[in-house]
Amino acid sequence: MARKLPMYKAISEAIAQEMERDENVFVMGEDIGAYGGIFGATSGLLEKFGLDRVRDTPISESAFIGAALGAASKGMRPIVELMFVDFFGVAMDQIYNHIAKAHYMSGGQVKMPIVITTAIGGGYSDAAQHSQCLYGLFAHVPGLKIVIPSNSYDAKGLMISSIRDDNPVMYFFHKGLMGLGWMPSPEEAAVEVPEEPYTVPIGEAKVVREGDDVTIATVSRMVYEALWAAEELEKAGINAEVLDLRTLVPLDRKTLINSVKKTGRLLVVDEDYMSYGMSGEVITSVVEKVGNELKALPRRIAYPDVPVPYSRVLEKFVLPDKEKIIAAVKEMVQ
Amino acid sequence: MGVEEIPKETLLEMYRTMHKIRTYEETLAKWYYEGKSPRFDISAGPIPGELHLSSGQESAAVGMCIHLKPEDAVIGTHRAHHFAIAKGVDLKKMTAEIFGKATGLSGGKGGHMHLFDVSKNFSCSGIVGASFPQAVGVGIAAKLKGEDYVAVAVGGDGAANQGTFHEALNLAAVWKLPVIFLIEDNGWAISVPKEKSTAVAKNSERAKAYGIPGVSVDGADVIAVYEVAKEAVERARRGEGPSLIEVRTYRLRGHFEGDPQLYRPKEDLELAKEKDPLRNFEKLLLEKGIATEEELSRIREENEKEVQEAIDFALKSPYPEPEEALKGVFAGGD
Repeated sequence: MARKLPMYKAISEAIAQEMERDENVFVMGEDIGAYGGIFGATSGLLEKFGLDRVRDTPISESAFIGAALGAASKGMRPIVELMFVDFFGVAMDQIYNHIAKAHYMSGGQVKMPIVITTAIGGGYSDAAQHSQCLYGLFAHVPGLKIVIPSNSYDAKGLMISSIRDDNPVMYFFHKGLMGLGWMPSPEEAAVEVPEEPYTVPIGEAKVVREGDDVTIATVSRMVYEALWAAEELEKAGINAEVLDLRTLVPLDRKTLINSVKKTGRLLVVDEDYMSYGMSGEVITSVVEKVGNELKALPRRIAYPDVPVPYSRVLEKFVLPDKEKIIAAVKEMVQ
Repeated sequence: MGVEEIPKETLLEMYRTMHKIRTYEETLAKWYYEGKSPRFDISAGPIPGELHLSSGQESAAVGMCIHLKPEDAVIGTHRAHHFAIAKGVDLKKMTAEIFGKATGLSGGKGGHMHLFDVSKNFSCSGIVGASFPQAVGVGIAAKLKGEDYVAVAVGGDGAANQGTFHEALNLAAVWKLPVIFLIEDNGWAISVPKEKSTAVAKNSERAKAYGIPGVSVDGADVIAVYEVAKEAVERARRGEGPSLIEVRTYRLRGHFEGDPQLYRPKEDLELAKEKDPLRNFEKLLLEKGIATEEELSRIREENEKEVQEAIDFALKSPYPEPEEALKGVFAGGD
């Protein structure tokens, strides 16, 4: 049976069901026990599974993320949460030199079934060290799968897929999608979620709105900004197709290219920094294959290359949103 | 050394600063909840985003900073208002920054966790454990320039489990640098109690591993903090190297405003009230006949006026121009 769930509950339900199914699954991280995760992603797990399998850690990220590697090497399937993506700096070595590379460097001897979860995104004045997305940084490193759900159905299915995957998966949830009550979240993100376990494949994008005039490719909270923009654009006679990429590694280039072949126009919307990131990769992937079929130059609306400012007026100015999307699409279609 | 040996004007200055911090933060809290009811929305109101207040921990800042000169550096944490005020950061500009205004310390770009005042050699960060290595660098500069300034790195008890803490202690010790590592032990790393995250009872014991002095002091007694800090600062100025101080404090409020604190036993909060350093200091000053009620009440009134002026300044100040968000990434113009 399905019921509407906020994203945080869908994530914790997915983890709970996998912990029931497989005793090798366990969770570590800061404030993931009694607190249930600062953003609720591990709520209820401590009560169900106890202190051995739901382990609050000291603020020692190198230690507990490195420990995930060691546990994985002995057949465990650790899930580790690091509160904010902004905090990863201190543990990067274990992630990008070890967890990401162990399978390859060992010639396939070692498997790394690790899920690393973290919160992303701004829009609520948490400033430069608590508002970034940074998934592009991790997507750049070979060996890490990158999962970024935009609604509770995908969140559950992708979490189960991530846990069952034999590769390291970085799982990014947007604070502004979790449905926490104390943080604004679009109602549309809380959708019907089946009670029973199910998977959403990693590497499949989803057309969340069909259209013929322009493809808006995006992920995470920006999916809603794109959908709201598409509604407005429809009134102006422009039919936008909105593509939720859902995972960046692997990137579903097939669905992306098929969409752009149909519409002839591509706009990428990204809350992560503009340069050397998702928007550049998505546009290049299209231009390399069907660049000569485009009716307009591809465009992108991404976070300009500045740190996230604190003051509300400053942040609003740089954060991609519905208005910026509408303006860009209108220019592209004219 | 006892309170009798400290000049009265020094004691009154300490009282003034402690009371100012408390008044400031309690006032700030009121403003923080403006626009955040009936439903708490972290993005709403005149002070959006996170707010970490230091009520109950003032003695650490005041007992330490009373010994510091303007050239001495203090590097604080996400919870840093008390150190900023004790280090003499302009209250109006700091308040304007917290309100996201153009007249703020950073023109609204930094926010409450990222207060910078170069004129007072004060900075802080939203990343746990970031201060320790940075203070080592200030120590290197002092040594290379032949100056007698010192650096104070502040961290919570949670931060002492971060790799940066141990790396920085070793480095400061091996190079005999003028650094004071100050651990504000409030017993909690958000929801994780110290005894569940830290292998030693007192973080001051960790000094042994690096061959430097380590002292633990009761933060309920600002005079005790004063004495321990005095010794450490003098030692650093004499070129004898770093020290580690643990100040045992209690958080009178949540980790952040809006923290439900469901993880925290009631007794802990009651103990925090008992250990309130401001109340204890006031009692001491009166009981020992060092100050009269009239003297203290005059100081309190002056503080209330100063805090109100800072709030008024922030409220009346304009927001920054939105385009300002794109400027200032690099020194030397964009």
